[in-house]
Amino acid sequence: MLRMVHSIRLATKTRCLDFRWRFGLIQLTFGVLALTVCIVAPLVGPVPISLNAVFNSSLPFSENVDAQIFFIARLPRVLAGALVGGALAAAGVVLQALLRNPLATPFTLGVSAGASLGAMLVLILGLPIPIMGIAAVPVASFVGSLGAVSIVYALARFRYQGLSTNVLLLAGVTLNSIFSAIILFVQYLADYTQSFQAIRWLMGNLDVSSYTPILYALPLLTIAFIAFASLPRSLNLLTLGPKSASARGVNVLQTQRLAFFSASLATGAAVSLGGPIGFIGIIIPHVVRLLVGADHRIVLPAAALLGAAFLVACDVVARTLMSPMELPVGIITAMLGGPFFLWLLTRIR
Amino acid sequence: MSCKQFSLMSNKHDDTKVSLFKKVNRLIINFLIAPMLVLLTFISVFTETQSPIAIPNRIIAIVPAVTEILFAIGAGPQIVAVSSFDRTEAALSKPRVGGLLDPNIERVLALRPDLVILYGSQVDQQMQLKRAAIPVLMYQHGGLSDVTPMIRKLGKQTGHIAQAQKVATQIERELENIRQRVKNLTPPRTLLVFGREPYAIKNVYASGGIGFLHDMLETAGGKNVFGDLLREAAHPTSEMILAIAPEVIIELQVQDTTENQFSSETKAWNRFSTIPAVRNDRVHVLTGSELVIPGPRVAEVTRRLATLLHPNAF
Repeated sequence: MLRMVHSIRLATKTRCLDFRWRFGLIQLTFGVLALTVCIVAPLVGPVPISLNAVFNSSLPFSENVDAQIFFIARLPRVLAGALVGGALAAAGVVLQALLRNPLATPFTLGVSAGASLGAMLVLILGLPIPIMGIAAVPVASFVGSLGAVSIVYALARFRYQGLSTNVLLLAGVTLNSIFSAIILFVQYLADYTQSFQAIRWLMGNLDVSSYTPILYALPLLTIAFIAFASLPRSLNLLTLGPKSASARGVNVLQTQRLAFFSASLATGAAVSLGGPIGFIGIIIPHVVRLLVGADHRIVLPAAALLGAAFLVACDVVARTLMSPMELPVGIITAMLGGPFFLWLLTRIR
Repeated sequence: MSCKQFSLMSNKHDDTKVSLFKKVNRLIINFLIAPMLVLLTFISVFTETQSPIAIPNRIIAIVPAVTEILFAIGAGPQIVAVSSFDRTEAALSKPRVGGLLDPNIERVLALRPDLVILYGSQVDQQMQLKRAAIPVLMYQHGGLSDVTPMIRKLGKQTGHIAQAQKVATQIERELENIRQRVKNLTPPRTLLVFGREPYAIKNVYASGGIGFLHDMLETAGGKNVFGDLLREAAHPTSEMILAIAPEVIIELQVQDTTENQFSSETKAWNRFSTIPAVRNDRVHVLTGSELVIPGPRVAEVTRRLATLLHPNAF
């Protein structure tokens, strides 16, 4: 493991390797890792299934238990895990660059608190209106995240010509605590089983058991990722500070705005799909930076791939470790990822 | 004890010069005050053990199951306050003093109760009330077989022995009746759901193999699919539900919705078409707050479950 890490670092740090090769090699490594995890994950689970039975076409799908477990229970889960993990890790990279703060996470700017509040309102006050055939909780949480984003943006734009990242940070943190207070208040009104459900939602769960929420999240995530693709070069310059970036020809306000909205969009969609799963958005960007350096052109896609692989792997542990009980995946991400990150921190440098 | 110490101290003090006044003083302490103190402590201990036996007239019950039992056995007029989660009509007229996690002890004390019934986990509140010398009875949910002994115990505590006996016997008879009816029928493998996200099969909570929900299901002639799980609640993934393939799914809905309103909700199960319960149209909904309260209505709920499980036998 350590040797692999070192060889990647060696390959990436050597000046003689030109950027295109370096980029290709690193993305290929992380891509293969993510792909392997995503292929293996649906084959593993608490219930043993046989692949022959899954693809047995003589049995109609409505009677084929193995196929239903594979296609309804596991595959959507793996897809949701990959999308959520990738989105949160990439949003983490973008926000850490935008706010020029290594502690920034996709949840720093109040997006997840807004999303959680929306979900709580449905779960506890019971507004179970299905909108366009999709369950109410994801819709409400996405609407909540949009609300939080617009409040924070309006505040950051209020008194400044540009987009004040300080105000952005402070407004986000404050909004987080206001929303948390409202969430606690709503939970206080709930009865026992409801508040239990609400707390469980806050721990994150990828068991979507249908493709519909994924299909609704996909266009939002696609838009966010297209925006991400245009960002890395400007983010590299932005980390030097808005003034130097602007001197080097970056349209600072436009970049900041694009970064803020695309990261928020990705976070909102991810949280509505899997709940506020912590840890990925802050640690995966740092892990990738430790492995491949700080160039955002390389870090951003690599973080998305590693985030996807990591969350899918954690979810496999979450659903198999204590079956038939299911552990909240948010617990696993921190319990597995935390020690690994600390180990990496001591070994590299 | 304190008296003895005092006399010892005075002994030591008058080693040097013993006056008549001190002697008299010592005499008074040893032969008058000490016995009086002993008598006083004796009386206070005696009355403390005595008071719960006296019939309480100002009862506060913070557990909905207990409140329902008290009303059922005719102790309703003795109740001065109930919990915030009581939903029965009889309890609605009474003041509320909080619930399991947030009982308002100040309001409890202000109502000057002579018996407070708390849940087993409310240890802090128990200590507070003990300090205020208010008799406390601790209650804890158990299985279905614990309900009728609890009814009899509360009858004895509140002076309604005969009526409690009647209510308890009636429940036992009704449960036995149901047991007899389903005795020779094959129990369908049943998933008893008491919570999930609206319009999605996500975060499903089902009864495990412990507790009154499990007991009611098995009494009603069902086989709990999570009967082997030694927990009150199971939290299965969709994969697990597909794999255990229940023959009947019963959803308990505590909210104030009608069964018709909620039945559109059960369409969420249709995607899981390999589950026999879904294929054979045996996903059922029961609504009402009594479903999750192990009180006097357990027999009624068990009968409703049995009717769903064995429609031909009832």
